[in-house]
This record gives sequence, C-alpha cells and structure tokens, in this order.
Amino acid sequence: MDFATLSPFLVEVIVGGLVLGFVYAIIALGYTMVYGVLQLINFAHSEVFVTGAVVGFEVFRVLAGVNMNGYLKLLIALLAAMVIAGALNVLIERLAYRPLRNAPKLVPLITAIGVSLILQDVLRIIEGFQGRFDLTYTLPQGFAGPFCGPESSCAGVGSFLNTIGVRVKVTDIIVIVVSLVSLAALNYLVNRTRMGKAIRAVAQDRVTAGLMGIDANRMISATFLIGGALGGISGVLFGMKFGTVNAYSGFDPGIIAFTAAVLGGIGSIPGAVLGGLTLGVIQNLIGAMSVLGGVTGIANLEAVDASYQRIGAFIVLVLILIFKPTGLLGKSNVEKV
Amino acid sequence: MTAARKPARASQAEQSVLLLLFFLITSAALLVSHNSDLIQQMGQLGAVLKNPIVEAVLVSLFLANILFAYLWRAHPVVKAVVALGSLLFVLPLAGRADTSLLDLSIQVMIFAALALGLNIVVGLAGLLDLGYIAFFAVGAYTWSIFASPRFSEILGYFGENPGANAMGTLALGAVSLVGGLGGYLALQKRRAEQVRPGAAWTVALGMIVALVAWFFLGRSVFTLGEQPWSLVALAALLLISGAVLVGQALAQARGRDVRGVLLSFSRVITALLGVAGVFLVTRAALVMMSGQAEGLSGGINPAFFWLFLALSIFTAAVVGVLIGLPVLKLKGDYLAIITLGLGEVIRVLALNLDLYSAGSQGITPVGSASVPGFNALAGALGFEESQYNLLFLYLLVLVVIVLIMLVNTRLDKSRIGRAWIAIRDDEVAAQAMGVPLLQTKLIAFATGASFAGVMGMIFAAKQTFISPESFVLNESIMVLAMVILGGMGSIPGVVLGAAVVALLRFRVLPGLGEASANVEWIPQQVNPSQLQKLIFGAILVAMMLLRPEGLLPSRRRQLELHHDDNQEDDSGHGNAGALGKGNAGDVYSPGLAPIKENDRSGGAK
Repeated sequence: MDFATLSPFLVEVIVGGLVLGFVYAIIALGYTMVYGVLQLINFAHSEVFVTGAVVGFEVFRVLAGVNMNGYLKLLIALLAAMVIAGALNVLIERLAYRPLRNAPKLVPLITAIGVSLILQDVLRIIEGFQGRFDLTYTLPQGFAGPFCGPESSCAGVGSFLNTIGVRVKVTDIIVIVVSLVSLAALNYLVNRTRMGKAIRAVAQDRVTAGLMGIDANRMISATFLIGGALGGISGVLFGMKFGTVNAYSGFDPGIIAFTAAVLGGIGSIPGAVLGGLTLGVIQNLIGAMSVLGGVTGIANLEAVDASYQRIGAFIVLVLILIFKPTGLLGKSNVEKV
Repeated sequence: MTAARKPARASQAEQSVLLLLFFLITSAALLVSHNSDLIQQMGQLGAVLKNPIVEAVLVSLFLANILFAYLWRAHPVVKAVVALGSLLFVLPLAGRADTSLLDLSIQVMIFAALALGLNIVVGLAGLLDLGYIAFFAVGAYTWSIFASPRFSEILGYFGENPGANAMGTLALGAVSLVGGLGGYLALQKRRAEQVRPGAAWTVALGMIVALVAWFFLGRSVFTLGEQPWSLVALAALLLISGAVLVGQALAQARGRDVRGVLLSFSRVITALLGVAGVFLVTRAALVMMSGQAEGLSGGINPAFFWLFLALSIFTAAVVGVLIGLPVLKLKGDYLAIITLGLGEVIRVLALNLDLYSAGSQGITPVGSASVPGFNALAGALGFEESQYNLLFLYLLVLVVIVLIMLVNTRLDKSRIGRAWIAIRDDEVAAQAMGVPLLQTKLIAFATGASFAGVMGMIFAAKQTFISPESFVLNESIMVLAMVILGGMGSIPGVVLGAAVVALLRFRVLPGLGEASANVEWIPQQVNPSQLQKLIFGAILVAMMLLRPEGLLPSRRRQLELHHDDNQEDDSGHGNAGALGKGNAGDVYSPGLAPIKENDRSGGAK
C-alpha cells in the first residue's frame, strides 16, 4: 500500500474514530456526572448502557413491521432507552448507593461492582428467555434522504456517503448528529437551568448546598437520571454502530469511557467529550495498524491486532494518571486533613 | 464475640464433646458417602447420599468442622485433634475414593491463600486492587513455561533465530543490567533539593544519549531487523523523552523547579535499561541453551519445582512492585480502575505472546514435582498411581497455607501491619506520623502478590493446563468477594470467605444445577450453575449494605465500622461525608442498614 491510497484510508480511520469517540463521550458523561456529585465510580454504568442498547433493540424489533419513517422509529427507540436506563440508574442509586452515603469510600465502590455483576446476569437471563444471547441490531427502513450517494442503495446499515472519495456510513452520521444534539441539550440543562445550577452546587459542596435550601438527595437522583438517560442514548448508538450487543458487551466500552472521563478530567463535561474523542481516534488508529503492515518503513505491524486496542486505552489511562492525574481539563484537588 | 451469639454459654467440656461428636458424625457421613461400594449396598439410602445437593451439604458440613474448631471454646487438645484429623486423616481417606474431594480441598486452600494475599492489600492496607489475579497468572506462567513442552519450543525458536551475536548480546545485557541497576540505586538516594539544576539536566541528557547508544549497540549485536518493534519503541521513547524535556524547559522558564522531574525521568530510564538488560541476558541465555531443545521436550526436570516455588514468589513480588510503583500514588477508586486495567494488560499479553504462553490454546501438560519415597508411601496407603500427584499437591498446599497464615498473623501484629492499617484509615495522618507511604504500600502489594504467585504455580501443577481464560477479571472479583464476605482485615474471616465461595462455586451451585437440570419449571437460563455472577454480585452488595465488617470480622474493623465511620471520609473532597447527621432519618432505612443506627448514636454523642 502506498501513501496515495493510504490517505483516504487514514481519513476514514480517523472519521470512524471520531464516531466511536462520540459514543464513548456520551458514555463517559454518565460516569463523569455521577463522579462529580458523589466521587463514586459507578461501575454499574456499563450495564445501564447495555440496558439502553437492549431497549433500543426491542423497540426496533417491535416496530419492524410498522410502516413508519425510520428516523421516527429511531427517535422512539432513543426516548424509550433514555427513560428506562435513566429509571434504572435512579433505582440503583436509591437501593444500593444511598444507604452507604456516609460509609468509607471503598464500600460504595465494591457495591457498584456487585450491582454491575447482578445486572449482567439479569440482562443475560432476560435475553436468554427469548432465546437470544447476541442482539443483532437491524436498523429500520427509511433512512433515505440527503445523505445518500447516487450509487448506494441507502437501505439500512450498509449505505455510504461518498463525495470526496471518503466513505462514511449513514449510521455514523446519525451517531454524530444524535451525540451533538444530546451534548447541546446536556449543556443547556447543566449550565442554563435552575436544576443544573443546583446539581453543580451539590457537586461543589453538598453541605453548603443543603444549607442553601437545595435538596441534595433529589439532585443526586436527578444526576443519576441524566447519567442513565445518556447511558441509554449511548447504548442505542453503540448498537447502531456495531450491530450486535450482548449482556457482557458493556465492559470494554465502559472501561474505555471511564478512561476517557479521566483523560479529560473527571467531573468535567467538556473534558469527557474531549477524552472520548481522543480515545476513539487512538483506538481506531491502533486497530488500523495491522492494515498498515505493508507500508514502506513501517514494517511488520501485523502483530498489533485488535486485542491491543484495549491495552492502548489502559496505557493512556496509566500515563495520564501518573503525569496529570487531574486530566486535561480537570481542576486539581489537594487533600487536607 | 462468638459467645455473644449463643444465648446460653456452654461449658468448655460440653463444647468439646459437641465438637468431637460433630466431627465424628460428619466424618462418618463423608467417608460413607464417598465410598462407592458401601453406597451400592445401601440401595435407596445410597441414592440419596449420592444426590449432588446432599453431597454438597455433606462436604460443607464436614469442612465446617474446622470452622467450629476455631470458633468454639473447646479444649485445645480436642480442637487440635478435630482440625488435624479432618485435614490429615479424613479428607485424604475420603479423597482416595473420590479424587474430586482432594481437588476441591486444594482449590479451597488456593482460594484461601489468594484471599489472604488480597486481604493484605485491600483489608489491611486499604488499596482496592481489581487486577489481583494477574499475580496468580504470573506465578502460574513462571512454572508452566518451563515445565512443559513450551520450553523446548521457545528454545527451538531461538535456535532458528539466534540473532547476530549471542556473546555480544550477553555482554550488552550484563552492562545494561549492572549500569541500569547501579544508576537507579545511585539516583534513588538523591533528593531533588540537593542537586544543582545543571547536574540534573546533565544526567537527564546523559540518559537520552545512553538510550540512543543502547539501541545502536543493540542493533549490531542482536539484529534488530527481525524485531522492528525496537525501532518503533526507540522512536516512541525518544519522542516521549523529548516532550518531557521540552515541557520541563518550559516549566523552568515559568520559574518552576524542574530538578525533581528531571531526576525521576532519569530514574525511569535507568530502570528501563535495567529491565532491558534482564531481557537481553535472558535472550542470550536462551540462544546459548537452544542446542538442548530436543532433550527438553517434556519440560525441565521436576526437581526444579522447589526452586521455582521460591522463584514464583519472587517473580510475583517483583511484578507487584513494578505494577505498584507507578500507580500507588493514586487513591481508592483510581487505584481500583488502574489495577483492573493492568491486570487486563497482563492477560491480553498472555493471550498474544504466542511463543511464550501459547496464546488462547494454553500450555499443557504442565509438569509437577515429587518427593523421593512419597509415591511408595502413598501406594502403601492404598492410593492409586493416578492419585499420587493430587495427594502430593494437597499436602504441599496444606503446608504452604499454614505458612502463609503464620506469616499473615505475624505481619498483622507487626510494625508494618500497623503501618498498613494507619494508611488505610487515614493516609495523610499516617504520613504525618512518619509512615513512608510508597514503601509501605509497595510492601503490601509485593506481599499480597507473592502469596498469589506461589499458589498460581501450584494451581498450574494441579490443573496441568494453563490458559488466559483462568485469569479474567471475574476471578479477581471472586477473590474480592471472599475477602468481603469473610471480613476485610480478618485472617480467619477471609479463610472462611474463601471456603464458602469455593464451596458455592465448585460444589453447591453445580450440585443445584445438576439437580434442577431435569426439573421442568426451571428454565435453562436460571439454572443455578450459571448464576455465579448474580450470586457473587449479590453477596458483594448484601455484605456492603448489611454487614460491611464481614462474617468473622476483625475486632478492629468492627469497632471502626460501628462507631466512627463518619469521620473517615469527609476530608477528601469537602463533601464526601456530608449531608450530616441532620437528615439521616430519610437517608438511611434502618431495616436495610442496621449498623447505621449505631452510627447515628455515635454521631450524637
């Protein structure tokens, strides 16, 4: 392969990485918001996210025979996933984390790991009852419209946008658009509304916020609701991007999204987005290395196969935590006695 | 605390008699139910005894002997008779008829050792390690690679790809090893404040020069051509070093002190050179040994087992230190996630370094050891030849676990044990009292890792098969569940936790699964044998909510969780322990969390 054919390929890899990065960013927001108010890594978030994917799948399945615009179906799937995943997250907080609010820090963390395990099995059982283990997403018909190139059929997943020699899937564009809309909505919610202000106050100092008349428990619930809803959205997007999901597929994206949150500075919303995009691109580049095997001067990279993608995320995590533990956009936090 | 649970305190004599009776009955039940001849003769009753659930219950009751011998206030002699009789007499005897029992006992003890190791890290030092199973893997692979056909394949590979010059490689390796180690030690002693900035810069630049020189020398002695990785690694290292130095220069321009960073940079490079030296020396040794590949097709001589037993402790501890060094600066949840990540890295490496670990196929058959005369003895006792190895490993693991428990008890009460607990309770305060944080934490990591390492090796010898499948994240969480269940920081507690988890996992759940497989109204998806995640997740959550101090808590931990958990956490972020006791009423539901009632009264006084 020479560099002339390589450059559009690289652009594709980077665009693909950005799309992946948006999915990670939306998941990472769920981690970072909860961490912001409770200083707790919500291990169960990866299962909340899978729940969103399952709900999205079910909606698409139920609506498969209905004659309806595909975008409308997508909207219904997203809303359903947001509501159910958000409610699940609130429920988890209420039952598992709230009774431990004052316990030593390791206690809720271990609880979160336990909740994550329980949810994995519950999801497996629910899907298993219907004779499935892998959910295979099939997008509904009706994704025709402005994104279609002339030669592609534009039906479902396989269609491409083909203008400058770079092929972009229609689903990828949907992922980006949905992510951007969710980010804008989140930004509005957190920075422009009363509730957002109250959440930020609780995140800064729960006691003082309580003295100012803010019901901290309600705001924490609201945070979990928002985080869960974001998890639901990202679940549907993830399903659309990869096509299949199973009860255990939350682990990898969960870890990478958490890494993204740390990379950007945990607790910081723009940080989570930045971190997600960075990791998405890095991961795709690592994945593409084996394809670059034949390029002159960079010999023998076939050894770098896809399983190293995860290692890449971990190495980024280790480096960030060692050299800049506050992340790219985070604030430093000195512990005092 | 145990007496408090029994309303009427039985006298010592009564308890002794009870214990002996319990021991005799459960032993008899175990021996009978594991004797197939007797079972056959008993007809209907035999069928009941052979039922997997009944069998699981019998085994659990029998193992409870040891627990009761520990808990009850029986006469010490009776206690010793029951404990030793169970472990050295009844279990091997029953195991003669049913080797799965020996297998289970070994498994319980391996888990117990893992739990004891993790207990040091999590329970005593308060460092949540979610990648603990990696150390187990290190121990297992340390032995498996050498004691299996893998070794001759590795030698064969190096025989075919010897590189340019084995002697040169050896020399370069030795120089880097000595130089790197010496440099590291020399730099280790220097404090940043005592070094002139110019000297720090010189050392750092010298390190980069040494690095480049190393790569070019390496190129000529062991042909980098077939290893393009080294080129990429060199480029990456130089890029990173350059970036660090430029960044520091900028920081200095802004008036910040750079000596500390320059020194730690140089330290990292010396450490890297040292590690590279180890690799080169190993490589040279392998090339020189490659002539013997033919003769080692079954792995090395079993007599090396004992050497490797020590070596596995050492390698696991070294890996523990290597992992710990960069990450132990971090706190609680960050540490948890990063150890999880590094544990996964080790597993993925094992999956991908096909030459050494055979990837996902796994290494098999892994050799085991023997002691002269042992086989004759076992044969005289009526064991069959296929059971010798298992019996040997059972006895070995028994000795090792006793040693580990001894070490643990001594550590618990030692200066270092108190330092761990001080760090767990309040790091800042401990540091202020003169506890060296990093060093103390590293010792915890290394100690915990070494227990896992030695048991990993025994595990490999028992299974005779090792693959990355055995070292997934779930296993780390399983070990964590044992520690939580038994009680963080409590030695008898975590042993109990390990036994309970192992019994659940290997006997009770499969037993229930087998029994319910044919029941029509239980669907396949909720077959108990498949519900491990659900059950162990529920154990974690339930223990944390209802009894965070565990089943057999250490006294210190219990006091702590019941009286002053409100003062533990509210320092860090200004709000962690907040919301105060004021509206505690609606925050806690007393039914869910009984300990919080004490907490409230504790807060009120």
